[in-house]
Amino acid sequence: MSKFLNLATAGVLIVMAAPAFAESYGLGREALPEEIAAWDLDVSPDGTGLPPGSGSVEDGEAIFAEACGACHGVFAEGVGNWPKLAGGDGTLANEDPVKTVGSYWPYLSTTFDYVHRSMPFGNAQSLTADEVYAITAYILYSNFIVEDDFVLSNDNFTEVEMPNADGFFVDDRAETEYPIWSGEPCMQNCKDSVEITMRATVLDVTPEETAEEAAPAAEEAAAEPAPEAAVEETAAVDPELAAAGEKVFRKCSACHQVGEGAKNRAGPQLNGIVGRDIGGVDGFRYSGTMADHGGVWDEATLAAFLADPRGTFKGTKMAFAGLKKEDDVAAVIAYLKDASANAN
Amino acid sequence: MTQDSKSGTSRRAFLRGTLAAGTAVAGAGMARAAGPDPLITEVQPWAQGLGDGVDATPYGLPIEFESDVIRRNVPWLTADPISSINFTPIHALDGTITPQGCAFERHHSGAIELAKPDYRLMVNGLVEKPLVFTYADLERFPRENHVYFCECAANTGMEWAGAQLNGAQFTHGMIHNMEYTGVSLRTLLEEAGADLSGDKWVYVEGADASSNGRSIPMEKALDDVLVAFKANGEALRKEHGYPVRLVVPGWEGNMWVKWLRRIEVMDGPVESREETSKYTDVMEDGSARKWTWVMDAKSVVTSPSPQSPITHGAGPLVITGLAWSGHGRITRVDVSKDGGMTWETARLAREGENKALTRFYLDTEWDGSEMLLQSRAMDETGYVQPTKAQLREVRGLNSVYHNNCIQTWHVKENGEAENVEVS
Repeated sequence: MSKFLNLATAGVLIVMAAPAFAESYGLGREALPEEIAAWDLDVSPDGTGLPPGSGSVEDGEAIFAEACGACHGVFAEGVGNWPKLAGGDGTLANEDPVKTVGSYWPYLSTTFDYVHRSMPFGNAQSLTADEVYAITAYILYSNFIVEDDFVLSNDNFTEVEMPNADGFFVDDRAETEYPIWSGEPCMQNCKDSVEITMRATVLDVTPEETAEEAAPAAEEAAAEPAPEAAVEETAAVDPELAAAGEKVFRKCSACHQVGEGAKNRAGPQLNGIVGRDIGGVDGFRYSGTMADHGGVWDEATLAAFLADPRGTFKGTKMAFAGLKKEDDVAAVIAYLKDASANAN
Repeated sequence: MTQDSKSGTSRRAFLRGTLAAGTAVAGAGMARAAGPDPLITEVQPWAQGLGDGVDATPYGLPIEFESDVIRRNVPWLTADPISSINFTPIHALDGTITPQGCAFERHHSGAIELAKPDYRLMVNGLVEKPLVFTYADLERFPRENHVYFCECAANTGMEWAGAQLNGAQFTHGMIHNMEYTGVSLRTLLEEAGADLSGDKWVYVEGADASSNGRSIPMEKALDDVLVAFKANGEALRKEHGYPVRLVVPGWEGNMWVKWLRRIEVMDGPVESREETSKYTDVMEDGSARKWTWVMDAKSVVTSPSPQSPITHGAGPLVITGLAWSGHGRITRVDVSKDGGMTWETARLAREGENKALTRFYLDTEWDGSEMLLQSRAMDETGYVQPTKAQLREVRGLNSVYHNNCIQTWHVKENGEAENVEVS
């Protein structure tokens, strides 16, 4: 009896505690201020949401080269198919418009917001607010929007004028298109003649079709016996060092894969890189330097390359600026050995 | 026949094999057997022995003979397959529902793995009480079921400047159509006591590194937007946003945020990367349209098409395709065999459904001569799908997005088809 009463009282209390506004199911829980602060990072054109901080063009240049240059080029000019962030001024009405931060983006807040939350590719949210201000300042500088002594901060952020701020208009299809393309369409004698004016096969850019073949290929690879050397090296890898290297490797992961099922991306897959022939992965298009070098990747050569890629192999396609800390180089090599061994 | 299927995986091999058979039958009317068919007169192994037990396939994939009905991508389109797109094999499907396993994918930082116990959804901003929901919380709100198409704004985008990719999968395959189960966005906004005034905006973002944030005006948010966790009856696939994605009926696929983690009620749009630098449409004079959310009416013949040639010669032929409109229901589809000089009205398999794919058929007699096949969709607003020339006249060649032009396939006498443009 008393148990029943207690339960009933508890029930009443829960009902009373439900939020007062209409249509409420009382589900979920209140979000804490720390939680909102962690996730609510968006920045609006009027500067709402900007964190306090600042960064200079000068600092930005160095940070950009290290964190962004591998894909976007050290001058923000873009590498391969990766986005160009600078240039393209006055090209929007051309046959091939170049849409960059300088030539196209209407709001500076978009650049800060995106870099802050989603870049670098494969290592998002690793930059401090000051670093993001500095990178944003450098992107502005590379588009000739600010001078080389410019410092961007949350105080002067909204003073920057974006060249294409007035280049956009709200969807007007309802006025400019729908009235033309409506009503009863023509059914008979709609044209006097029809000529073929262009054919897709002339371009020949359609991928050749093959059925899914990845699975059998992977099985074959797995069936090959693992080289014994790799097993011995695994024993020598310091697990803590390899774990540290895994974090460092995030900088590389936009272009390189390692481990089970690793494939060539912008850079070659890195399984068994220590002891592998230089320029030796089938199916990867190396720079001439790398393809013609010969020899194998021993740890010393790899360490030198990772510290200063373009200084060590002049003409390499790898646009990465290099790992400045020796510890990072050692750690990432340990990780590559460890991950390679686990892939076999 | 079954042995041949494995070697018939490339389009060219398929054409070689089937066209020979087609020629022999062409014009012959009803075929006459040269002799008894051993598939009938001889006892076949499958009719004698035993098949798989019910414990062989706890979760099934299509039979091996269908191994060419897969998503495909176009490697030169993007810098990296992690931030890229692939295409639904619409040329090989029928009906309207897209199986999840071959429904196109678009990611901006890869398809992430997010387990239900790790899932959190936050509603904050202009609300009386900012809330956090778990996955289990979402399952306790009243649920709805709806079928909707999801089309990438860039579908057919490679065709602005001319006929480029040879196959309906590549020209029109950035689309899928599924039955979604979920909770209306309105329910969650009301639960948090959100300011529902018409001038407010709802910003939505995903849990992946790209976050893919988009701003949605309040009117749409309260109308038919769904916070979905099931598709075609089962959990969403990883690549489609497991465990929870946003469904924004009739509007461009980029707004259908996957791995949905946050809903913020705001005074204005964020003007995020995805709604300024991307998904805006450059006009001929260099100015750009923004907020082009609705997907206008569009259709395409899925068969015959370059990847689905006619293999049976002259005689009865089923011409089929898909039509859809972000404004509502498809009311009519016309098909032309002569590049738009004359049209006949196709049969809709079912009455058009709101913001969902509609299947059309033209059951016809092919005389074996060349065709320039086109389809033209009309929706309940009276909108008529335009030609590419009409689109170019208004927008120029650099819009990238929202190309809903009439598509032409040149079907040759041997049954092969090619993507072409016509005058």
